[in-house]
Order: sequence, then structure tokens, then C-alpha cells
Amino acid sequence: MNTAAEKHIDPAQQWHQIRMIENPLIRHSLALLVLLYIFWSMLSINVDWGRFLLGLPRAANIVARMLPPDFSRWELLIRGMLESVQMALAASFIGMILAVPIGICASSNIVPKPVYLMARAFIILSRTFHEIIVAIFFVKIFGFGPISGVLTLTISSTSFISKMLAEDIENMPPGQIEAIRATGAGFFKLLIYCISPQAMPRYLGVSIYRLDANIRHSTVIGIVGAGGIGQVLAASFSRYDYDFSLAILLSIIVLVFLGEFFSNWVRSRLR
Amino acid sequence: MLEVIALSKTYATGTMALDRVSFVVDQPQVVAIIGPSGAGKSTLIRCINRLVEPTSGKIIVDNTDVTAQGQRQLRKTRRQMGMIFQEYNLVERLTVMENLLSGRLGYVGFWKTYRRKFPKADVAAAFELLDRVGLSGYQDTRADSLSGGERQRVGISRALMQQPRLLLVDEPTASLDPKTSRQIMRLIVELAHERGTPALVNIHDVGLAQSFADRIIGLADGKIVFDGTAKEITAQVLTDIYGEEDWSTTIQKIQQSSDSAKGRQAWKQKNKIEREVAAE
Repeated sequence: MNTAAEKHIDPAQQWHQIRMIENPLIRHSLALLVLLYIFWSMLSINVDWGRFLLGLPRAANIVARMLPPDFSRWELLIRGMLESVQMALAASFIGMILAVPIGICASSNIVPKPVYLMARAFIILSRTFHEIIVAIFFVKIFGFGPISGVLTLTISSTSFISKMLAEDIENMPPGQIEAIRATGAGFFKLLIYCISPQAMPRYLGVSIYRLDANIRHSTVIGIVGAGGIGQVLAASFSRYDYDFSLAILLSIIVLVFLGEFFSNWVRSRLR
Repeated sequence: MLEVIALSKTYATGTMALDRVSFVVDQPQVVAIIGPSGAGKSTLIRCINRLVEPTSGKIIVDNTDVTAQGQRQLRKTRRQMGMIFQEYNLVERLTVMENLLSGRLGYVGFWKTYRRKFPKADVAAAFELLDRVGLSGYQDTRADSLSGGERQRVGISRALMQQPRLLLVDEPTASLDPKTSRQIMRLIVELAHERGTPALVNIHDVGLAQSFADRIIGLADGKIVFDGTAKEITAQVLTDIYGEEDWSTTIQKIQQSSDSAKGRQAWKQKNKIEREVAAE
């Protein structure tokens, strides 16, 4: 019995964690290389600490000129805010509607492959560029103002909501779809009697979330001239009206808070 | 009623799930299909309403070849076949009544479906069925708040709402406890007999198949290896279907029933009491 135990190497002694890269030499040198590269990149950024120090008193100056915030031009402020909210509302609504057919077509479990691929390609393409880039593009075409903003946000909302909708439909248990097909229902009856009730709460939730996100984004894209409060903010910065800028920034914080609060409240009621 | 001729199915992965399966159901009987996992039971049931597209062979239902039908005709065929699933497959967010009425989707137009305007007769039939399966009063309960047994009752009712000429039943009891399993099997068999509807029932549990089915088909590796009644099941038959195993405890009931009906009765009684105690 002893000899048999000696012949067999005890598996308990042999066991060790399975690693992604088994060779320890390769493993450790790879880690070292990564660290060296990070170190080298930091060196090559060439941070000019002198300039950083020069900036500090300037920052203090700007902060001093920001205080107290100037709400005297509240009419301009309110108009900008309203424009931002309206841009967000319009874009969310149009996006919500456009997202339904696109989202359905992008669900591999209910449509033929070519349709699926086309819809997915559209979604990927419209998600490629950041909103700022799209906004710059639209401002070049349609000029300054909310039209460019609404178009920009509509594109991003459509792709976002349709992607989420498609993912939700694809995650549906296949059994329900199978059962409804087994009753002799065609594609559209399947949509309204099975897909729609199951996907509706999340679709509404995502749309409301997108409205909230659009309010935030609408303040940003205004900076490149696409309307809304962002445009007012950019103008105040370039005119060195820092006290008005602070008033705008504070108002944006309040607006975003309200948007988030509203979105959470609505989504908590969707079940 | 139903004729399956040399039905074969090979999946894209190369697995041959069904190998020239042929059988005829020519009277309203409950046919249990038993066999190990992967024998092709599910594929067989799903080929009949073409949820799975057969590779070759024919399926004749009431003198029409289902395998040759186009999409439009296929939908008409499907509405005449009620299907019951292991996982119930109810639309979870819809109410019990809406789930029952989904059995009428093949008959009602698009806009009526959209507005949930089903014919009065359908709603009346749904209420009658709810009463029959013991769910009266549940019409406005959402499907996701039901228990397993209740869900399967809704699943059975949905299939029967189609007024099917054939019932396809896929592992109806595999997700249920033993007591509920027997109740559900009994309900399916009673309803099939009441309405004179033939039923094909995939089932894991040999005991359940023996106690409830009029006829048993044994499937192994995609081929039919047994076709007969519960009494004809012997240790050899079970070995043909499932492979080598000590079957003495499984077929004991049958031997007892053929040796002495009394003994079986006593055994059943004892079992029933035990189950009731266990259920409490």
C-alpha cells in the first residue's frame, strides 16, 4: 500500500490555480512591459508644472468674479433652460417612436437575419460618433439653434432606446414566443400580444431615463451652438460674465437633479 | 386523425434527433411518448406543428400534409393544434383571461387583438374553461403571480381555447411536485377524453405514463422502439428504451396489477395516504 502511494504523486500536492498564461516567465514579463509603458507614457505627457502653478491664481480670480452668482438676467436664463428642456422632450419623444421599429428589427430572435443585420448596422453607425461631433456637423448644416440640437439628440436617443429594446426582446424567454406562435398567431399578433406586454415596462423606463439623459446632454451640445442653455453658457464664458455663468451652472444642477428625480420616480412606478 | 410517416430531423449541428419515425393515431386516445433525455421527444412534438422544421418525412393531419404547407396555411393548421409546455410559457405580464384568449389569436383579426376585443362567445368559453380547470375567479390575476400548478392549468386552458383537433403536450409535469403532477396529468387526460381530442404527451415519468396513457410509444435515439399499452411494458422494454438498469422497482406496480388487482389497489391507497401526509 505504501509503495503504491509513493508511485502516485499526491494530487493534493500537485494542484494549483489555473492561470490565463501558464508560463511564469511570459506572464511576469508581460506585466512588467505594461507597467513600463504606462510609466513611459506619463513621462512623455510632459506636464509643465510651471503653467499649472500659473493657473492657480487665475482660477482664484475666476472664482472670485463668479461670486456672487448673477441672476439679474433671469429671463435669458429661463428661456435657455426651457429651450433645453423642450429640445430634450422633443428628441426623446421622436427617438422613442423611431426606436420601436428599429429595436424590433434588431432583435435576432424574431426577425430574419438580413433585417437584423441592417438594423444592427444602423444602431452601431449612429452610436459611433459622440453627440458633440454630431452636433458640430448639424450646426454646420442647419446653423446655430435648437434644430441642430434636437436632431443630434434624436439620433442618439433612437439608437440608445432601440438598442435597449432589442436587447430586452432578445432576452425574452423563447418559450413564450414559441407558445404564441403555436396558437397560429402571425408576426404582428405576436408583437402586440406577447412582445409588447413583456417589453413595455422596460421600454418606457429606458425612454424616461433617456429623457433625463437628454436634459443633461442638451446643456452640453449647446456649447457648440446647438441651442439651449449650453449656448447661453458658452456665450457668457466668452464674454467673461463669470457671475452669470455661475448662475447658469447652478440652474443646470437644479434642472439635472429635477430630471433625475422625475425619471427615478416614474421608473419606480413602472412594474 | 394523425399520421406520421418516416419523419426525420437532423439539426444544423449534425445531431440526428429523429430517424424515420412512423406511427398512426386513428382514435381519440392519449399517447404517452417516453424515452431518455435527447431521444427526440421534444423534437417529435415540435415537428408536428412545425415549430421545428422536419428534414424529411410527412405529417398528415385530417388528410392534409402539414409539411407541405406554406406560412399562411401553417398558421391555420397550428390554430387547430393546442400545445402545452413544461415551462407553461404563459405571457407573464398578461392576466389569466388574456392568456386564455391568446388561444384564439389564430381566429381573431389584428385590430381586435390589439384592442383585446374578443368575441363574446370566446370570453364565455374562457370562463367555462376556468371553471372546469378549477380556476374560477382568477380571470384578472396576472400570470406571474400564479403557482406552478395554476400556471399549467392556464396553459391547458389556453390550448383548449383553440378547440384543437390534436393536443401536443411537452413534459407537462416535469416542473411540478408529484401530487400536482398527478392532478395535472389527470386533468389533461380527462379533458382529452371529454372532448374526444387525441393527445400526444411527452413524459419523463414512466409511472405517470403507465397510470394515465391509453398507449405508450417508446423513443430511443430518434427511433420508435416500443408501441403498445401500459401493461405491455416489461423490464426488457424499459432496457430497450433507456438502456441497462435494474427496473424491478419501476415495473413492480405493473406486475402487482397483473398478479392481483387488490394488491395494486392497496399499494395505491398507501401511496395516496403517504402523499397527502407529505403534502400537509
